[in-house]
Amino acid sequence: MTALTDDTLPVTPRAMRDEMVVFVVMALLLAAVPFSGIYPFFVMQALCFALLACAFNLLIGYGGLLSFGHAMFLGTAGYCSAHALKVWALPPELGILVGIVAAFGLSLITGYISIRRQGIYFSMITLALSQLLYFIYLQAPFTHGEDGIQGIPQGRMFGVFDLSKPTVLYYVVLVGFLAGFLLIYRIINSPFGEVLKAIRENEPRAISLGYRTDQYKFLAFVLSGTLAGFAGALKVFVAQNASLTDVHWSMSGEVVLMTLVGGLGTIFGPVVGAFAIIAMQQYLAGFGQWVTVIQGSIFVICVLTFRRGVIGEIAHYLRRSL
Amino acid sequence: MQALYAQLLVGLINGSFYALLSLGLAVIFGMLNIINFAHGALYMMGAFVAYFLLNLGGINYWWALLLAPIIVGIFGMILERTMLQWLTGLDHLYGLLLTFGIALIVQGVFQNYFGSSGLPYAIPDQLKGGMNLGFMFLPIYRGWVVIFSLVVCIATWFLIEKTRLGAYLRAATENPTLVRAFGINVPRMITLTYGLGVGLAALAGVLSAPINQVRPLMGADLIIVVFAVVVIGGMGSIMGSIITGFALGVIEGLTKYFYPEASNTVVFVLMVLVLLVKPTGLTGRAA
Repeated sequence: MTALTDDTLPVTPRAMRDEMVVFVVMALLLAAVPFSGIYPFFVMQALCFALLACAFNLLIGYGGLLSFGHAMFLGTAGYCSAHALKVWALPPELGILVGIVAAFGLSLITGYISIRRQGIYFSMITLALSQLLYFIYLQAPFTHGEDGIQGIPQGRMFGVFDLSKPTVLYYVVLVGFLAGFLLIYRIINSPFGEVLKAIRENEPRAISLGYRTDQYKFLAFVLSGTLAGFAGALKVFVAQNASLTDVHWSMSGEVVLMTLVGGLGTIFGPVVGAFAIIAMQQYLAGFGQWVTVIQGSIFVICVLTFRRGVIGEIAHYLRRSL
Repeated sequence: MQALYAQLLVGLINGSFYALLSLGLAVIFGMLNIINFAHGALYMMGAFVAYFLLNLGGINYWWALLLAPIIVGIFGMILERTMLQWLTGLDHLYGLLLTFGIALIVQGVFQNYFGSSGLPYAIPDQLKGGMNLGFMFLPIYRGWVVIFSLVVCIATWFLIEKTRLGAYLRAATENPTLVRAFGINVPRMITLTYGLGVGLAALAGVLSAPINQVRPLMGADLIIVVFAVVVIGGMGSIMGSIITGFALGVIEGLTKYFYPEASNTVVFVLMVLVLLVKPTGLTGRAA
């Protein structure tokens, strides 16, 4: 089995300093968005997908597990948060918590099932499980089927921040994204993350060294699913609805595409990929199904010629991990 | 009881498609080490080629049954030569991603020109009508689909398990380098195998055209069910794929009769149960 990333660089203090510099630059640029005249809704949406892609990347880039069903966490958290906000009239912070807990529970169950098979079977199982959930949500009364849950109140976070103001909402989403990003960064560079990378590179050897690889993969799955749920809960405030598109397999495919374009197993790649794909969808919205064709072409081109992704290529050129 | 038999028949028909598609997936996976995500899109292409042949060329169903698999099979072989062959030696995941991209392209192009609604394809004259079996009314076309699929499945099994060509194929699956050393052109065999698997998918598409209408997304959801079938049955055995495909179709049909709300999900639920009880799948070896 060939590894996903061909250059594994050791984590050195210098590499970590470089990554922190890039992180600070990224945070400052994102913080400046409301003053730049860029449509904040677009950036907020991209931030939610960026967090989702980062969570997905934790699983494939560092655990070597390609989940083709990550939309199920996005959609489940979205539906549960939306329900909590609209029907139970919970404040935003508790609404987000409900979504995260739901995604956590779902990832415990689906992780337990899907981690039983390796490699390509894992992808097919996660895809099938997300399709199962899609049909359940299609029929369940609380999701309102094809209509979805609409007109979700945004409310005041902690009783202070009025989320119906775009600028306030933007900074709340940004803080949520940065917190999720830093958590993932911390996980990747923890001893746990190192073991994950070892499993990705050579699972039999990791087993022979005494690691219970299934437990590591399970934990990675649960972390990834829960963080994807966090992204789904944040997205509810941005889109003010929760619908079936968020649980559909095509959404899972988009997450894969974002991460692939940015670079599998890179720290900043999923963020760049998410912004690129969301921007492309915005600009090409008038072209109907040609967007699908273009997405498919990007998949093909990436896999055939550009497997490291944008950030992966830059990192390879600079001989840095990014 | 009439309704039960009718649903059983629908189940057998869906089972035929599951069997033909999972068979193709298993054959392709054996030789190429790729899970062909484009299988659903190529199944759809089979139905569309039959539709074009009839409406543009005036070529009837029977010729379509022969020509559509060949045309789509050639298209598949071109895909294999131009793209898939470059993935040799890379992680399995890239094959899945590449074929997913191909599926998006093919489905997107057809959606642009034909929207999402279905195009009708008439049942050929010879297979119109039905017969009364005493306990149920059997539409002849539906009976034909089940029997013909079964014959094709058995023929494929025979080709792979009992002929010399099949022996080469199985040997090349085990150890391609050694088989090449015996002077057998393994890359050409890989291309032909992909063509064969794709041809089976296209054949299923032609068979389904008069029943399910011809739609650009007809394969998109089907392929996910077939993936679940493959997880349940495992890809190690040809006969296993055939039996699992038909069995799951029948179970789905029974669910439609007894508890219709679960008919969409029953295959996935069964997959979960099989994974909990026997993680390697019913016939499969450990992957």
